[in-house]
Amino acid sequence: MIDLLSYGAFFLSVALSYAIICLGLNVQWGQTGLFNVGIAGFVAIGAYVSALLTTPETVDHLGGFGLPIMAGWLGAALATGFATFLIGALTIRLRADYLAIATFGAAVAIHLCILNLQSVTSGPFGIGFIPRPFANLADRPLAFSLANFALLAAVVLALYLALEHLARSPWGRVLRAIREDEPAALALGKSAVRFRLQAFALGGAIMGLAGATQAHFIGYIAPDNYQPILTFQVWAMLIVGGSGNNRGAILGAVVVWGIWALSGSAVASLFPAEQQARAASLQIVMIGLALCAILLWRPRGILGEARIMSRHVLRRSPPATPLPSTPSET
Amino acid sequence: MTPQVLMDGLIAGAMIGLGAIGITLTYSILRFSNFAHGEFLSWGAYLALAIASGLGYLAGGPASPIGPFSFGWTLPVATLLGIALTAGLALLVDALLFGPLRNRGSAVIILVMASFGAALTLRSLLEFIFTSKPVYFTNALQIARPLGGGLRATPDQLLMLGLAVVLVLAIHLLLTRTAIGRSMRAVSENRQLAGVAGIDVRMVIRTVWIFGAGLACVAGVMSGLLVQIRPQMGLDLLLPLFAAAILGGIGSVPGAMIAGLIVGVAEAMTVQLIGAEWRAAVAFVILVAILLLRPRGLFGRPE
Repeated sequence: MIDLLSYGAFFLSVALSYAIICLGLNVQWGQTGLFNVGIAGFVAIGAYVSALLTTPETVDHLGGFGLPIMAGWLGAALATGFATFLIGALTIRLRADYLAIATFGAAVAIHLCILNLQSVTSGPFGIGFIPRPFANLADRPLAFSLANFALLAAVVLALYLALEHLARSPWGRVLRAIREDEPAALALGKSAVRFRLQAFALGGAIMGLAGATQAHFIGYIAPDNYQPILTFQVWAMLIVGGSGNNRGAILGAVVVWGIWALSGSAVASLFPAEQQARAASLQIVMIGLALCAILLWRPRGILGEARIMSRHVLRRSPPATPLPSTPSET
Repeated sequence: MTPQVLMDGLIAGAMIGLGAIGITLTYSILRFSNFAHGEFLSWGAYLALAIASGLGYLAGGPASPIGPFSFGWTLPVATLLGIALTAGLALLVDALLFGPLRNRGSAVIILVMASFGAALTLRSLLEFIFTSKPVYFTNALQIARPLGGGLRATPDQLLMLGLAVVLVLAIHLLLTRTAIGRSMRAVSENRQLAGVAGIDVRMVIRTVWIFGAGLACVAGVMSGLLVQIRPQMGLDLLLPLFAAAILGGIGSVPGAMIAGLIVGVAEAMTVQLIGAEWRAAVAFVILVAILLLRPRGLFGRPE
């Protein structure tokens, strides 16, 4: 029973760390319509920045500054936000899919830098001994898992509340206006480029924070954690849950991570050891087909986009008569 | 730096150029950047490999090499069949995924996302069927021959370079001199207007997939013959392909090939001057530079 509880807390903690990435992606894609194919790269920046800031001093790689965990998380969010800003500034004025290509390239370049800049990142060996929150509880596994789960849940809740508030704020409404009808938003004097860039950098900063929380939760990071498959999983999560909806982003992360973990254990129990690497590729095929199927048949996802209006509109009484839409009006 | 770097770069660049033509065609005519295009290269290579091995088995043992080349008659035949099958695969993906999305009037970015999903599905399927172990068309070792001027190349490499040039010229002439080429350019200008003017838009779309996937299969076979075949090869080539398509200017077939050669030479020079481990970053640097300096590419028209 205790094992089960402990596993449950572990499972949900991992799922929630993905939920944070999803919330970041939702700011970029769900609310602003910016297509980021480099999620893995931005998560990696956050993870490495936080790891370098918080690990004890060492000769294996740069720093080891031994800062507190919170400083690491903050640094991760800031550094990733800045990196995302640079990529965005380069492409956000151009056609929509240039951003996709540029972020894809950025992820490749970041992965390569992490692999090759051994004096900074210790290369393919990765970084270990990343301080874990509540390390003083480590000898009591249940309390340790629950404490970590509570911490991640608190982070997700805080982000959720902040993002919901932002989505209802004038800033969030401008973002949706730009996404839905750019000429109209421009006519109202809103700079589409600047708002897009802000949203892109904010989403990137949240992804960096997610990378940092993941790194501290696991305690070890390596370049191969940040492959395109991570980007793909996060996209599947947001699309399944419902893009444009923060609750959908969190729900999608839990559902897709659940399916992923279940299919992973099914592969482990059904296939002999030497076939498992091969069978694991079927997991990806399955998620890929699911993503395409949802795009085809239920583009809104489970929850669909939340209908968000200004709280000032909600406070007023509803309009007495629905707007007539008869052709005679023209 | 030796002139040999130029030779190596041109050979790798010819492969990138052939792949980039498919990207530039889908981009200019179907109007989305296809992240699944790299997978057509890998599938083309694996399909040709499977057919070549099957033919070799039927003929009772591997075919003896033709002239100075490392492969027998089975490979050219398998490549032709592979082109047909890869084109069929592209048409199938279009019928199942991109076509319905297009007919529904989905946003461009939904098509891009769908292509991303299709890419991972196709690649993982290859990994499931053939495992991720690298394979080769032939185990024969070829000796590079001196060409004068300090250049050396294997007969295979020279053949591939020649083949790439012939294919680019053929596609370019086809686009500029034939009825279907005119239809393709018309659809790329304005799909609705072309449809109103009586052009069979669906036929044009099918042609785009057939050309793109066919050239991708050739590029995949080239890559397999000169390097090796792995399920990841398409993914690794995707960024150079995009860089070449954008550098050449979207919609320009000769531009894609010239840009492919530039990317290939830049990669070879990087390997020589900086180190092989940074090779994959070259395409990104070129991409960033072109987006900063001249987003419409060398031969593209302004948006």
